Amino acid sequence: MTSQMTPLLGIIGAGRLGTAVARQALRAGYSVQLANSRGPASLALPLSVLLPGAKAAELTELARTSDLIVLALPLHAYRSMSPELLAGKVVIDAMNYWSPTEGRIEEFVGSHSSSEYLQTYFSKSRLVKTLNHIAYHELEEDALPADAVNRRGLALAGDDLSAKQLVSQLINELGFEAVDLGPLARGVLFEPDTPLFNTRLSAAQIRTLTATTPS
Amino acid sequence: MELGVYSFGDVQRSQTGLGPTSQAITNLLEAIQLADKVGLDFFGVGEHHTAYFPASSPATILAAAAATTTHITLSSAVSVLSTDDPVRVYQQFATANIISGGRVEIVAGRGSSTESFPLFGYDLRDYDALYAEKLALLLQINDLGPNEPLTWEGQFRAPLQNIAIVPQPDSPLTIWLATGGNPESSIRAAALGLPIAYAIIGGHMSRFAPLVDLYRRAAEQYEMKPSDVKIAIASPGYIAEDAKDAKDTFWKHWGWTMATLGKVRGFAAPSRAHYDAESQQDGALFAGSPDEIADRIIALHASIGHSRHFFQMDVGQLPHDKFLRSIELLGTEVAPRVRAAIKDKK
Repeated sequence: MTSQMTPLLGIIGAGRLGTAVARQALRAGYSVQLANSRGPASLALPLSVLLPGAKAAELTELARTSDLIVLALPLHAYRSMSPELLAGKVVIDAMNYWSPTEGRIEEFVGSHSSSEYLQTYFSKSRLVKTLNHIAYHELEEDALPADAVNRRGLALAGDDLSAKQLVSQLINELGFEAVDLGPLARGVLFEPDTPLFNTRLSAAQIRTLTATTPS
Repeated sequence: MELGVYSFGDVQRSQTGLGPTSQAITNLLEAIQLADKVGLDFFGVGEHHTAYFPASSPATILAAAAATTTHITLSSAVSVLSTDDPVRVYQQFATANIISGGRVEIVAGRGSSTESFPLFGYDLRDYDALYAEKLALLLQINDLGPNEPLTWEGQFRAPLQNIAIVPQPDSPLTIWLATGGNPESSIRAAALGLPIAYAIIGGHMSRFAPLVDLYRRAAEQYEMKPSDVKIAIASPGYIAEDAKDAKDTFWKHWGWTMATLGKVRGFAAPSRAHYDAESQQDGALFAGSPDEIADRIIALHASIGHSRHFFQMDVGQLPHDKFLRSIELLGTEVAPRVRAAIKDKK
């Protein structure tokens, strides 16, 4: 952790989700940097128009300096990063294995959460699954302050408590009520083809919907 | 401001379930002819390959429409270029363009549906590379001078050695780049010197204003010809005389489509409350009375300055007579109000 008031948020991927997370995080007072596969020069124009205040970074620089990292890439692109790159970091996996749109990816076929596989790949990182089950534009449209009634809930899952604490704080500051559903394996509860996926639900509704589901 | 319609060739409901795909195609041709007759500016046919949406061959329908309409601009919306041969796409659209007297365009996009990948034997993992290469080849063909032969080599099709691509229309085809909102696509359109079409099918319309700004800034940076810098918006929409009737009817059919799509793609069906929120003011769903829809188009134009807006009306087995009536109202009721409010007709 740096000495800043809020953590430095690093977002890998500057597509629709990455830029939406960045915009909300900037509003919440975070320092934000983004990286993509094509280098910071390619981000100069889009960041100046879409995300004034966000910084374009080299991937390695972003990985080294960020306190919290969001993976907002197409899932298959995880292979372009070495496990060492994110070693020691708290990493939010906002991606989904969504075969109808991305095609079949062999290592994700099966009954486990896609985040469990990524955690074994990024074995020295502390992975938290969240931000994967909300439409990117709803990150802005549905955000509400902490004291609002009917605030939307967002589920998260992970095996490291302190990592989840950091991520819960981010989720709350982005405008949503974080709902910890337990270890990373419970991430299957909010993947595609579940009632939580892409649905507006309060924290209480998320708890009710997942309470009866055996872990 | 140009107004129009786009369709994927919606099938009708039969007593046993889905009606014949053949009828969807003849209905589609009838709809295009009506759109022309009521003075609409644009009709787009979106390439799809499903039992619900069987418009798999837009250029064929557009060629038939080209011969039986007089004013309307005809286009794909979109051509799934990634899984087609750009040489063939060009030839088909060039032919239809000539038949129409220059009214046929192409809207090229990556497409949100992926049925065409297994159908034509392509790998979804090549999604981005396929699109980039094929779009570049299409543009290169379109920029050839009269009878200028083409030499080209790439990854996904056989090389071309000094080959003529015919026929050529008297002036190049207008080719638009379609995007669902990825920032990179707005920059790509400008880098390629293309007008851009944003498909906005959910959420707030205003969230696209920064992307339009990005496109305009990129257009300056890439020194696009100002007359080529054009913005189109595609969104779901349905018009009936009575606002409540319009909203209830479209909910039934749009809601059914989203629920069906949700089962395939793994997301929950939207609620009526969600639909109601999105079918007013800044929402992406343009279901309502002619006055309401005209007001919303005018308001959107004031914020993003688009020059073309077209609506997908026939989804979820919307009865054909309702589809035709909605087209008619767009042409005879909505369009005059919009044109009166927005002086620059283009």
